[in-house]
Amino acid sequence: MSKESAAATSNKPSVAVLDGWFTMDEDKPHLLGSQCNSCGTYYFPKQSNYCKNPSCDGESFNEVPLSRTGKVWSFTNACYQPPEPYIAADPYQPYAIAAVELEKEKMVVLGQVITGVDVDALRAGMQMELVLETLFEDDESRKLTWKWKPLASQ
Amino acid sequence: MSNEIAILGAGMHPWGKWGKNFTEYGVKAARDALADAGVDWRDVGFVSGAATMRCGYPGYVAGATFAQALGWQGAEVNTSYAACASGSQALAAARAKILSGACDVALVVGADTTPKGFLAPQKGERPDDPDWVRFRLGITNPTYFALYARRRMEIYGDTQDDFALVKVKNAEHGFSNPNARYKKKFSAEDVAASAMVADPLRLMDICATSDGGAALVVSSVGYAKKIGRGDAVKVAAISTVTPSYASGIIEMPDLATDSAAVVEAQSFRAALPKKAYEEAGVAPGDVDVAEVYDLSTALELDWMEDLQLCERGEAAQLVRAGQTRVGGRLPINPSGGLACFGEAVPAQALSQVCELTWQLRGEAGARQVEGAKVGITANQGLFGHGSSVILKR
Ligand SMILES: [Zn+2]
Repeated sequence: MSKESAAATSNKPSVAVLDGWFTMDEDKPHLLGSQCNSCGTYYFPKQSNYCKNPSCDGESFNEVPLSRTGKVWSFTNACYQPPEPYIAADPYQPYAIAAVELEKEKMVVLGQVITGVDVDALRAGMQMELVLETLFEDDESRKLTWKWKPLASQ
Repeated sequence: MSNEIAILGAGMHPWGKWGKNFTEYGVKAARDALADAGVDWRDVGFVSGAATMRCGYPGYVAGATFAQALGWQGAEVNTSYAACASGSQALAAARAKILSGACDVALVVGADTTPKGFLAPQKGERPDDPDWVRFRLGITNPTYFALYARRRMEIYGDTQDDFALVKVKNAEHGFSNPNARYKKKFSAEDVAASAMVADPLRLMDICATSDGGAALVVSSVGYAKKIGRGDAVKVAAISTVTPSYASGIIEMPDLATDSAAVVEAQSFRAALPKKAYEEAGVAPGDVDVAEVYDLSTALELDWMEDLQLCERGEAAQLVRAGQTRVGGRLPINPSGGLACFGEAVPAQALSQVCELTWQLRGEAGARQVEGAKVGITANQGLFGHGSSVILKR
């Protein structure tokens, strides 16, 4: 497996780094969660066998696209290269990370922040939207992941 | 109170990177605790070990491993695993045994040898393992502590200088502690000059992993009186509650919180001491000293608020005013905390209780909190494990 830069462009086909975790709509992607058919609570990643709400014994779930915008709860960055199974660009490029609150689902979801946006550009409460970006590529394909991106009109 | 037990002895093996078998640390701590208690090893009826997951089968059956190392003498054994709360869970098992009348004296031991460097997940493609997934996506352990720290800065106006003050204060406390690993009086400039790991946290804001061992000899209050130790420090409460759904704070190794769409969000950290206060019949205002799990400098501030030792958002003010130093109104981590020890998982919760035992006896030397009568510990680990222990004199 080669370790090419995430920023490198290529014509390789793109595949999700985690199959079934998000839609592959490169314009307006959604994370794919699930919703309990009994109590209505949401899960990400998907829950499909039993509901974790102690007042609910639900065992059936619908796959649902989660809200693709939310507000920054907090943020940080990764100054050091994470260990495997992270596959880093060479040389390593630090990246920002945001925890984003989804209003409808009332949950906070982590993700890297899009390349080029540093912690200095982030604030709690900022509106973010979900985008897809290459996490790494191997010989066959570009592996896409979800990332958070500040909404343009701020 | 009828559910109290007495702490007759406390002992520790100094924290460090000694590279020895964990059993050696546990035996040293146990022998020191027995000597401190003035109890013969043959009089111990129950050995309660805190498991280590990094040292193979002997670590999984730590209670038996320590009992065998000390010399089989027929005592019953038990081993507890509850991540960072393993030591408290082992103490709770000893308390249950004593309060049920099944034994008079128990020995509680936790010890660990830690590997060097990053704790990385197992190899291979394992998308069903949350730990594998988060590392694949670039979310490491410091990420979570940095998110909590940055949240404080954004909501309460805390600064990186405030976090550095916590490190400077803990370094001062640990300087005279013979069991601490790092004994150096770091300055705010030292902290600021250390490398950024996960903004806003620098290397010196984050605790290391260490080798170490801690042990307690505990007994029924009746036994303590019988051997002339009726004035021993008492365990007044042990809380090892699990979280309540829906957890509103992002927790390692998760990529998302629970959804609070149909159930109100809950704080696990705040729930841990709440149960302990209720059990001990003690109010937060009664606390003289606290040992809290400062995995990061900023997390010490979160704990102060979760322990209700101040209002939400006010912890940094107490630190700035010097009130959390030994000599201040409410000393936090007089031992030096994880900042000076580094984490030795199965020993850490017990080391907190050892420190409070010495504090409440007035035997803590240069780091003594004058007149301390009530102390509380707090820690939280993975998978819904955490604990809070209250000691009284
Ligand atoms: Zn449900």
